[in-house]
Amino acid sequence: MSDYGSRGNKDRSITKSSDRLTAPPQRSEPRGTPRDASAPFLIGEAMTGGYGRGADILHSCTIAAEAGQIAVIVGPNGAGKSTAMKAIFGMLKLREGAVKIDGDDITGLSPQDRVAKGMAFVPQTQNVFTSMSVEENLEMGAFLRRDDIKGTMAQVYDLFPILKDKRRQAAGELSGGQRQQVAVGRALMTQPKVLMLDEPTAGVSPIVMDELFDRIIEIARTGITILMVEQNARQALEIAHKGYVLVQGANAYEGTGEELLANEEVRRTFLGGR
Amino acid sequence: MDPLNAIVALSNFVLIPALAYGAQLALGALGVTLIYGILRFSNFAHGDTMAFGTMITILSTWGLQGMGVSFGVLPTALLALPFGILGTALFLLLTDRTIYAFYRKQRAAPVILVIVSMGVMFVMNGIVRFVIGVDDIGFADGERFIINARDFRDMTGLEEGLAVRTTTVITLVTAAIAVALLFWFLNRTRTGKSMRAYSDNEDLALLSGINPERVVAITWIIVAALATTAGVLYGLDKSFKAFTYFQLLLPIFASAIVGGLGSPIGAIAGGFVIAFSEVMITYAWKKVLGYMAPEALEPDGLVQLMSTDYKFAVSFAILIIVLLFRPTGLFRGQSV
Repeated sequence: MSDYGSRGNKDRSITKSSDRLTAPPQRSEPRGTPRDASAPFLIGEAMTGGYGRGADILHSCTIAAEAGQIAVIVGPNGAGKSTAMKAIFGMLKLREGAVKIDGDDITGLSPQDRVAKGMAFVPQTQNVFTSMSVEENLEMGAFLRRDDIKGTMAQVYDLFPILKDKRRQAAGELSGGQRQQVAVGRALMTQPKVLMLDEPTAGVSPIVMDELFDRIIEIARTGITILMVEQNARQALEIAHKGYVLVQGANAYEGTGEELLANEEVRRTFLGGR
Repeated sequence: MDPLNAIVALSNFVLIPALAYGAQLALGALGVTLIYGILRFSNFAHGDTMAFGTMITILSTWGLQGMGVSFGVLPTALLALPFGILGTALFLLLTDRTIYAFYRKQRAAPVILVIVSMGVMFVMNGIVRFVIGVDDIGFADGERFIINARDFRDMTGLEEGLAVRTTTVITLVTAAIAVALLFWFLNRTRTGKSMRAYSDNEDLALLSGINPERVVAITWIIVAALATTAGVLYGLDKSFKAFTYFQLLLPIFASAIVGGLGSPIGAIAGGFVIAFSEVMITYAWKKVLGYMAPEALEPDGLVQLMSTDYKFAVSFAILIIVLLFRPTGLFRGQSV
């Protein structure tokens, strides 16, 4: 407890565990598999910070993703999952820690500058231009590019064929799942190296969710690093190369998706399984 | 019964004037709606922006006339219009840099920006009156009529005359060109689309790498063009008077809100709705009804629903009715 000082809500019940939680791991010793010698492609290292001048939400939190792999952040409500992702994207100021992409320290960059560095972010809500057509949404995604975007657009349409049929329709008229596809497609238009998704399956049906996860795997296969926050922890960990369980803004567990799914404590406390 | 004369009288006194007035309001409302959609506040200084633009144009017109330049049958003011737009654009950009940018950085609430725009309105108002004075100024030259009422009567043998003024036709043609250009810009060009994107979802526009300061600057330039054009057309059609332009604020806002704030198509539709309502309610229908009704039923009074002094009450009433029953306007803009 002393690690948190007077911060946080101290509500232990959200973890449904009487056990004392594991202390946030030290920088050099993550739990689970030992980190391999080469530095990960994207890493938010020992991030501490909060919104504006408010209290810290993240406490020395470390999230990393290897090139072309899927990293997933899970955890109970209010654990700071989305905040951790926003911190990596530069939407809040870090008091401590650093964010690095491909060895470059980008801690001081604004979100827009990070887009130019090859990061793309899909917010959880309001992630499409509702009054604009699907095609215009994709064009706006590629706003920073000055080259021909037709090829990338064709790739997005290949990935999400339904969008090609609806390309002249306003994005606001689409169903929830289709909107998410537009949102992901918009982000892909910058030809990012890292795609960050904040709860891409929030509010869509289970069938659409499976479909979206399949698409995300496909995107990762093209070499794009994926970092996502997910509420549907079990399904997300199933497709994850790497999983992070956050509790109160700090790393509680980390490991490969399989390891976390197999971990007795993680299952009991976060996945609701036996 | 004399329907032909009735139609001519109706066109001469209601349809044609309302069409011209509607086009002027539509251009004004487009400016208001663009600022609301992109900068997210109601710009109370819009009427005075129109006055400022018209003032520059009038001064340029006098300059051109002084040099002996004229535009033949068309008013010289049309040649001076680009100078007016340029001057107004520079003035608005300066206002934005010195005043609005500060509040934007603070992320001030829209209501604060509205009050700020009122301050800007008073300053602009003062500048215009100081420079060009408070009197009525007519600056239309060139041919006055395309069709003269007497010629029309002689030509057709009808009792009623139909006058089509040059300024009316110029208003309609210029407005049509301006609107077509605006829609082409917003729907077809990269910059125009980025403006719509910024208006739709500011945060997502930032994530896509759209530069907000550039969007804001371009918005002011377009607003300067629209406001100056609207002001000059109104001034050519009627006359220029600083106070009248300030008063135009009400019908212009009513047009923008009736059409749906933030919706360009709505602004145009709203402009014509307000213009036609205003003209039709303040028109004395005696003549038209006299031609249409059987002799026994011919009205004795003027059949004027409201005196022209009350024309602003019409915009106000429509505004209130729309806000009560359809707050998002005819074309589903943002609610106020």
